[in-house]
Amino acid sequence: MAFIDYYKVLGISKSATAKEVKAAYRKLARKYHPDLNPNDKAAEQKFKEVNEANEVLSDPEKRKKYDEYGKDWKHADQFEQAKQQQGQYQQSQSRQGASQSFEGGDYSDFFEQMFGGGFTGGRGRNVRFKGQDFNADLELNLSELYETHKRTLTINGKKIRITIPAGIHNEQIIRIKGQGGEGANGGPKGDLLIRFILHNDTPFKRDKDNLYSSVDLDLYTALLGGEIEVKTFDGKVKLKVPPETQNGTKVKLKSKGFPKYKKPNEFGDLYLTYELKLPTKLSSEEKELFQKLSKIRNT
Amino acid sequence: MKTLEFIPIDDLCSHYEIETSFFTQLSNLGVLEIKTVQSVHCIHHEKIPEVEKIIRLHQDLDLNFEGIDTVLNLLEKIERLQEELVKTKNRLRIYEE
Repeated sequence: MAFIDYYKVLGISKSATAKEVKAAYRKLARKYHPDLNPNDKAAEQKFKEVNEANEVLSDPEKRKKYDEYGKDWKHADQFEQAKQQQGQYQQSQSRQGASQSFEGGDYSDFFEQMFGGGFTGGRGRNVRFKGQDFNADLELNLSELYETHKRTLTINGKKIRITIPAGIHNEQIIRIKGQGGEGANGGPKGDLLIRFILHNDTPFKRDKDNLYSSVDLDLYTALLGGEIEVKTFDGKVKLKVPPETQNGTKVKLKSKGFPKYKKPNEFGDLYLTYELKLPTKLSSEEKELFQKLSKIRNT
Repeated sequence: MKTLEFIPIDDLCSHYEIETSFFTQLSNLGVLEIKTVQSVHCIHHEKIPEVEKIIRLHQDLDLNFEGIDTVLNLLEKIERLQEELVKTKNRLRIYEE
């Protein structure tokens, strides 16, 4: 547990007036306030530090105690007792306000040690507020999102069973009401916001609900046409290839793409691109025949 | 309209310990929509998180109503841009995979 320089946190000198403390706090609060920096944990942490510094430096009694003991905060209580016994210390440094609740507060160990529990926050009233929203990342494979399924997650040591709808997109966030932090002063609980991070474990590329893939096509099927078997997300299908199909030709398989989010039985499309594979290691007979074909084509 | 879906402004004022004028000024600026249900001025319950955010901005940061309106508009814009960014990143993944 380290000493925290509250003056440094607010960027002010030790001789700063109450007005300067307030101005510095307001400036930093406007910069790091969680409502202005959603999902930014670094800003949230900074805001807590700024809040804590203001809590101490804006209160003349706390500031006096902080200034007096500073880095010797570990022995603050012993110093006080000694002073009181000697009758030199007139004003009691009782932990006034320590019993007041401010559930939105989240103080450092240093603060707790020096001043006790939470104090009345900036609002200074027992207003009921909704609890903090919790954020969590859930990593999933793309193949797991082809069908809607249920999953049990452990968030902050608590098990929560959620439904993961098919067709969720990468970095999509879903809100689960009432699974966040406790409300302040009896206010409602916050929500849990889960961000989905998807890893593609399939040979398909995905853009929204459409899937893309390439299919190898041999020279003879491309030239003469035929039937091939291709992989889709939910199995194989047979496909007719017309004669004289060019390399790079795209084919759309309707409703063979990815499920649409929260639209049951609706799917995107699958786009296949033919990649022509030329034969290698030709036999002398094949070479002869290709030369013949070449002559026919060029005469 | 279901009455349960709407919370009377008077209840919100006593709950959050704020004046009625807080809501009327926000309504006049077009920040919050006040509905009248059976002659009672109300706020839709789904707007409560936004109301709380406005109260926090007002009390924690000392912002006036015009400032709050500006902040909310900018936050909305940031949210839209972030959504666009995610969509664009997802499209880019097609070429990176």
